[in-house]
Amino acid sequence: MADAFRTADGGALIDRSRPVSFTLNGKTYRGYAGDTLASALIANGVHFVGRSFKYHRPRGFVASGVEEPNALFGTGVGPRFEPNQRGTMVELYEGLTAKTQNHFPSLEYDIGSVNAMMSRFFPAGFYYKTFIQPRVAWKHVFEPFIRQAAGLGKAPTEADDAEYEHFHYMCDVLVSGGGVAGILAALTAARAGARVMLVEQNAWLGGRAIVDEGEVDGQPLGDWVRARIAELEAMPNVLIRTRTQASCHEDHNYVLCYERVSDHDPDLYGGGPRHRLWRVRAGRVIAAGGGIERPIAFAKNDVPGVMLAAAMRDYLKLYAAKPGDRVVVYANNDDAYRTAIDLRNAGVEVPAILDAREGSNGDLPQIAREMGMRTMFGSGVSKTLGRKRVEGVEITELRPSGRPGALETVACDAVAMSGGWNPVVHLYSHSGGKLSWDDDQLMFRPDPSRSPIRHDGAPAVVCAGTASGHLALSDVITDGVKAGVEAADALGFETSGADAPAAKSAREDGISAIWFTPSSGKLSVGNKHFLDFQNDVTAADVELAAREGYESVEHTKRYTTLGMATDQGKLSNINGLAILADALRKPIPAVGTTTFRPPYTPISFGSIAGRETRELFKVVRKTPMHDWLAAHGADWEPVGDWRRPYCIRKDGEDRHQAVEREILTAREKVGMLDASTLGKIIVKGPDAGAFLDLLYTNMISTLKPGRCRYALMCNDNGFLFDDGVVARLDEQTFLCHTTSGGADRVHAWMEEWIQTEWPHLKVFTANVTEEYAQIAVAGPKARVVLESLEGDVDLSTDGLPFMSYVDGTLAGCPVRVYRISFSGELSYEIATPAAFGLSLWKAIFEAGQPFGITPYGTEALHVMRAEKGFIMIGDETDGTVTPHDLNLSWAVSKKKTDFIGKKAMERPFLIDPDRKRLVGLLTENPEDVLPDGAHAVEGERPNGKAKMIGHVTSTYYSPTLKRSIAMALIRRGPERMGETLTFPLGGDRTLRAKVVEPTFYDPENARQNV
Amino acid sequence: MLLLTCPYCGVTAEETEFHPGGQAHIERKAGTEHSDAEFEEYLFLRNNPKGVHLERWRHQYGCGKWFNVARDTRTLEVYGSYEIEAKEPPQEIKDRIAQRLAETGLPEKTVN
Ligand SMILES: [Zn+2]
Repeated sequence: MADAFRTADGGALIDRSRPVSFTLNGKTYRGYAGDTLASALIANGVHFVGRSFKYHRPRGFVASGVEEPNALFGTGVGPRFEPNQRGTMVELYEGLTAKTQNHFPSLEYDIGSVNAMMSRFFPAGFYYKTFIQPRVAWKHVFEPFIRQAAGLGKAPTEADDAEYEHFHYMCDVLVSGGGVAGILAALTAARAGARVMLVEQNAWLGGRAIVDEGEVDGQPLGDWVRARIAELEAMPNVLIRTRTQASCHEDHNYVLCYERVSDHDPDLYGGGPRHRLWRVRAGRVIAAGGGIERPIAFAKNDVPGVMLAAAMRDYLKLYAAKPGDRVVVYANNDDAYRTAIDLRNAGVEVPAILDAREGSNGDLPQIAREMGMRTMFGSGVSKTLGRKRVEGVEITELRPSGRPGALETVACDAVAMSGGWNPVVHLYSHSGGKLSWDDDQLMFRPDPSRSPIRHDGAPAVVCAGTASGHLALSDVITDGVKAGVEAADALGFETSGADAPAAKSAREDGISAIWFTPSSGKLSVGNKHFLDFQNDVTAADVELAAREGYESVEHTKRYTTLGMATDQGKLSNINGLAILADALRKPIPAVGTTTFRPPYTPISFGSIAGRETRELFKVVRKTPMHDWLAAHGADWEPVGDWRRPYCIRKDGEDRHQAVEREILTAREKVGMLDASTLGKIIVKGPDAGAFLDLLYTNMISTLKPGRCRYALMCNDNGFLFDDGVVARLDEQTFLCHTTSGGADRVHAWMEEWIQTEWPHLKVFTANVTEEYAQIAVAGPKARVVLESLEGDVDLSTDGLPFMSYVDGTLAGCPVRVYRISFSGELSYEIATPAAFGLSLWKAIFEAGQPFGITPYGTEALHVMRAEKGFIMIGDETDGTVTPHDLNLSWAVSKKKTDFIGKKAMERPFLIDPDRKRLVGLLTENPEDVLPDGAHAVEGERPNGKAKMIGHVTSTYYSPTLKRSIAMALIRRGPERMGETLTFPLGGDRTLRAKVVEPTFYDPENARQNV
Repeated sequence: MLLLTCPYCGVTAEETEFHPGGQAHIERKAGTEHSDAEFEEYLFLRNNPKGVHLERWRHQYGCGKWFNVARDTRTLEVYGSYEIEAKEPPQEIKDRIAQRLAETGLPEKTVN
């Protein structure tokens, strides 16, 4: 029968008028709208839904919320498939497809479960211990086995087609948690006028008030809380988001909230984002995330059917799903009796309530007794029976010491366990909130005197309700109001008259510690007392770690993997550290907790990326000629944020052919290059010259207006980091060219020195890189091409000599023509306002047609500069190279008393003649091209290995010279002219190359000076 | 993500609007008159205090100005921002630091 475990009525969240069908591993089941995947399966009697990570033991649902460690599914199909979804958080929709995971070949018959039989080979720290085995054992035995068996879920095989987004938001008060405390805190602050955002990770508000009994202001708890929710929803200054989790609390109340917008409803899919990441800056944060119940460590506490007591109550009252027909309750507190009472009221048998305490005077045990339920104080579950489902429990008498045998065996199909409650302190702790140990309630709770703080030193986070360590309804209500008042008051809102409503609920007696239930038999054999269900960490593992000397809780965590599963120890940590404390004979607070790191639960990568994917991943900078180049065959490469053509391919050409054609055309006829990406920074003011003298290694202040100078920029370590041509525009104005990728960095560098070191200098800077397009026209025909354009610029040898510039008009465009050359050819660089860039480019291209002009790309540029021996920042420099290393001493002023890098360059190791210095290389076989970065070797080091004496920095096949050329930094390079060096390339391959001057082509510079 | 205030344009903004510049009040000792030890200190030696840190920030995506911030690396409390040319924090910020340290009982720094 379909959903045989659904009760006839009840179920606060399900809509019985809307049945929903879904599949698990291909089998169809029925549920209702409002169900979770977990509740629907439980209503169908399905508990065995996964296998554990290490031992592949059968596992079922333990919890009902985000803390669920076992019930992980792959949901969806195709691009919407996603592994590791907690069944407790997956809302049911028609046609939902779910698969269990971590098993091979099937859930029922899993090869990996032999791990369980080998479990004595997998003790605490088994990864570490295995690594120190002989390597061969790891490589051929352990690793293939572990790789086959391990891993949670399967990665999707198709690209995610969903959209994600970020949303920036500011509010006075951000309330995390829509239970009683959160609702009251939000209401109190909102009534005082604060702008409030309330987030709740579940799809519904009300928290435990929807599940448990109580009375507030004379109304039943559920009705009362629904009225408060309605009031909040009607307030214009309140924003409520369900399915939204405050996942990360960062510095100064910056909170990331993760909203699952459309996961629950495929009809919404594609109509908006799937997930939304709220980036919230709040005045105060109220952490009201409630509590998480603790499991109890007893033997085989991981068998499907063993669940947290409150989770059973959730399934029963929210979804009308019975966890079984016969349930044993095992607890150390009064709250778990609510589960027993609710189960009995729903017609479930409760053969025994095992209470670890000596007794209780609370109301709930009294009610249970009056209902005729058998309560056994001072007893517990020593072991469960059954493998894929609980079949019964062995009951033991708990004594202060010793290990008693089983008292009796009781048949059951489920066990409700409750070891007490932990406040959800994560959000409070993410950015440094401190906890204190409450010895009465056996919990770590927030210490309000040590909250994380805001930028102004005020407390950032106020905890409320159970998250603050309050378990009784009346305390939760009082604390919720108090938190709202505290937050609103601190922000200057008027909260007078905010009184807590009067609440009535069952009077509860105290808790007693039960961190571990002894079982008969040896700990290490068969009887596993699980702490971390997903990672298979047992009480024995933690004890072993303590015996092996792991005293720090942080180390024990990593050694045993306790708390390192996807649930991040939400169930296991406190039990684990209590056992560690016991083994170390230390009090619990002396052992302390591990660090609570964000996010609270895993959030999707998509939500983190938001819209910054695909074409929006990084903004591309485009020159005015970009589209023209694209239309003419540009083969792009990234240069900084720019795209520049590596080459511009004609039909049928490959890259290599295009580059060769471009170079030969520029050398023999004329080429044109889009040089707009070159950095252009104006430096202006009475002290501009003095400032640039400090900034560059060269003397700049002596430059005459109308002239240009190639100049170098070093850091105060003496290392070269940028170069370019500086032009003096007038007495007080310079234009500094930088490398294409360096413009922003150089501009920031200038500003830093002006503002922080030499504020007395009267000088301003402006980065005008994008204001101007720039076109290089290079080759023997460059002058005739440009002279054929209409204009007023004298381009003759005398009218515009090398390293000068002139302003004028060309082809109707206002231009500044520089006579500079990076190719070694007769060359002009023409700058024009960006809006004129494309028309000037087209005009030159047209004018150049009769002369065979070709546009060329960055590779031709690089080869031609290397043929001339010109250095390239980033090729010949790597942050450890000085101008002297590159034979550029002529560009380092000896006259200036100071410039950035001067003192550093005089350090002994930077003037050491043994340093690597720039040389050219010619391979013995001209067809062999040295690989970039190849090392030259000479002699041996004491260890017998070859001594490296330098490396190749630039290497090309030169179409001009019809042979390979390379530049290299070699120890005492200039002293080795004519020597042949050896470059081992790996394997047997070695190349030999002769050291030459690094100028391969036209060393007399005859071609550029015509 | 920190909240910082630019003392020039008065904007309080997200950390991503600013660019960090390390320790403040470092004197450039790179002249011929400076010893190797002084040069080393200027180039390489930096404080890394657990406690009050005076540091430089630039309002990179705002007004572009560099300024100084007094911030506690233990608690991330920002004691205040002040002008880049100041040789030390203004009295008002020093008073705030002293007051907070007195309230919390923390030393100015526990590690340099
Ligand atoms: Zn500013």
